Amino acid sequence: MYVAVKGGERAIENAHRLLAHERRGDREVPELTLAQIYEQLALGVDRVMAEGSLYDRELAALAIKQARGDLIEAIFLVRAFRATLPRFGATEPVDTGRMQIRRRISSTFKDIPGGQILGPTFDYTHRLLDPQLAEGFVPEVPATGEVSEAEMPRVTDILGRDGLIEPSPQAEPDAPVGDLTREPLSFPADRDLRLQNLARADEGFLLALGYSTQRGYGRNHPFAGEIRFGEVEVEFFAEDAGFAVPLGAIALTECQMVNQFKGSATEAPCFTRGYGLAFGQSERKTMSMALVDRSLRARELGEEVRAPAQDEEFVMSHSDNVQATGFVEHLKLPHYVDFQSELGLLRRLRQEFAEANASEPLQEAAE
Amino acid sequence: MNAPSYNFAYLDEQTKRMIRRAILKAIAIPGYQVPFASREMPMPYGWGTGGVQVTAAILGPDDILKVIDQGSDDTTNAISIRKFFGKTAGVATTTLTMEATVIQTRHRIPEAPLHEGQVLVYQVPIPEPLRFLEPRETETRRMHALAEYGLMHVKLYEDIARFGHIATSYAYPVKVNARYVMDPSPTPKFDNPKMDNCAALQLFGAGREKRIYAIPPYTTVVSLDFEDHPFKPYRFDAPCALCGAENSYLDEIVTDDKGGRMFVCSDTDYCEQRQAEGHRGRESAAPHKERAHV
Repeated sequence: MYVAVKGGERAIENAHRLLAHERRGDREVPELTLAQIYEQLALGVDRVMAEGSLYDRELAALAIKQARGDLIEAIFLVRAFRATLPRFGATEPVDTGRMQIRRRISSTFKDIPGGQILGPTFDYTHRLLDPQLAEGFVPEVPATGEVSEAEMPRVTDILGRDGLIEPSPQAEPDAPVGDLTREPLSFPADRDLRLQNLARADEGFLLALGYSTQRGYGRNHPFAGEIRFGEVEVEFFAEDAGFAVPLGAIALTECQMVNQFKGSATEAPCFTRGYGLAFGQSERKTMSMALVDRSLRARELGEEVRAPAQDEEFVMSHSDNVQATGFVEHLKLPHYVDFQSELGLLRRLRQEFAEANASEPLQEAAE
Repeated sequence: MNAPSYNFAYLDEQTKRMIRRAILKAIAIPGYQVPFASREMPMPYGWGTGGVQVTAAILGPDDILKVIDQGSDDTTNAISIRKFFGKTAGVATTTLTMEATVIQTRHRIPEAPLHEGQVLVYQVPIPEPLRFLEPRETETRRMHALAEYGLMHVKLYEDIARFGHIATSYAYPVKVNARYVMDPSPTPKFDNPKMDNCAALQLFGAGREKRIYAIPPYTTVVSLDFEDHPFKPYRFDAPCALCGAENSYLDEIVTDDKGGRMFVCSDTDYCEQRQAEGHRGRESAAPHKERAHV
């Protein structure tokens, strides 16, 4: 005798209770604090802030803890919270030229005004597992030097002074800022929306697309003009006060790619730009973003659109990992009503096939 | 830390107003997909975020909400969404189709006829009926604008040429108000006739794809077909094993590993109502047990 499946409600509750238990792990092991996460897993926190589109180290750390270290799940938690926040307005554009630099490198010049500053980086480390780090390792105090008063102009600005690189589009202070979280995206999309989409995009997806351009699928001959990481001031124009007030500082990574030049009968040839920007220290992300940004400018620069990385509809529709993971994983939901419908059709087709084949030898004999 | 707090039915009022505008536009142009600025919801994309946003935007404190998935009030995702609104809106919930003012559904239309004043909210994964024929949104929007639906008829014709039937058994395309070809969401085509001239308002929400569309009450909805291959809803030819219904959509239940099968109503409320009225099927047990509840 059959009784329809019941008790899903209790099953869900119990599953979530078990999840909470598993999340905590062995209770003999001390619980992680949020400070441990945002201090010691800082790059994971940066990624969650960048793709979650919310600059809050503590909430990002909470999300990582709640998500058991699954960063896409953590990004999802942050996004869902962000979506409910009231919008007061947009800040003034941040000036990365005035960044408090912690790291800044250029691969296009041996030396640059203000110097190459390596800062905290995995570059040039040997990737050997370090047993010392397993427990109780006390690192040396970092080396320090005099604070330089030198200006740190952006490398692209140096090239721009001689007209060797196309100018950045001029900011229009009164133009509304495009926001794909508030307005549905439509194609073709302008560069501001494309950059917003890329800034929120999955790092792995951008990495693969950027890599594909280097391997010939929409090649655009990039040089890492400059990568800089540090703090910038964020200012908000307060209507009441009548001037911009500082809200605080955020850490940003900016990558400016210098790409193959273009010119025409009427325009002198010059390098073109690809741009990447993300919260925190996110070099892989911003470099990939800059490669893909440049690729997506194919239409604007009169290049033939042939590779996936040049196809804005393809890139922008599939770059968001919260959307992608939701839809891929929704296949876990029950689909038995539709499956039943397909099953019915397939059985009918198979029956007709069998009937047709059964009568076929006779037909052949008749022929 | 900024401790989060949430509005009635989760979404803030500005967002609800934006969604309501999209809904009004959708009702004004039946079957047309209206873009809207879909928000991240606290459940994953593909799990009903479009339907949840539509429901959140139309729900009032006096509404009575029913949520079904695969026709059942008791499937895990239906429970999860019902609990979500129970928690964030505090509205009354029900499993009775007749009693509900708002019914959110995934993959089914209830068997009991809907009445005026009810709203059926569909969860939609891919709102574009032409998507699998043409992946580009820029192209499909143009095709809708020009009512250029030849490609869809060619696809249906090719099915007939290859299989002898139109090989689409769910998400079967319909034409709404003699204008827009529309995806009914992945409901089995058995349910398509219920959309036609329906007394209730039908709203469709696709969260990930950021589209809302609608069928106003008493609108003509026609399933696409050919004169010599007319549309036929599929139903397994058996009565429900629990309530004996001869006209309801059935789930196939595998009862053992020796080919044992039984068929029962997919619409659990419909089946329970019938059993309560004394209808019995071949396998019916004692009067139905535990109801889904919140």
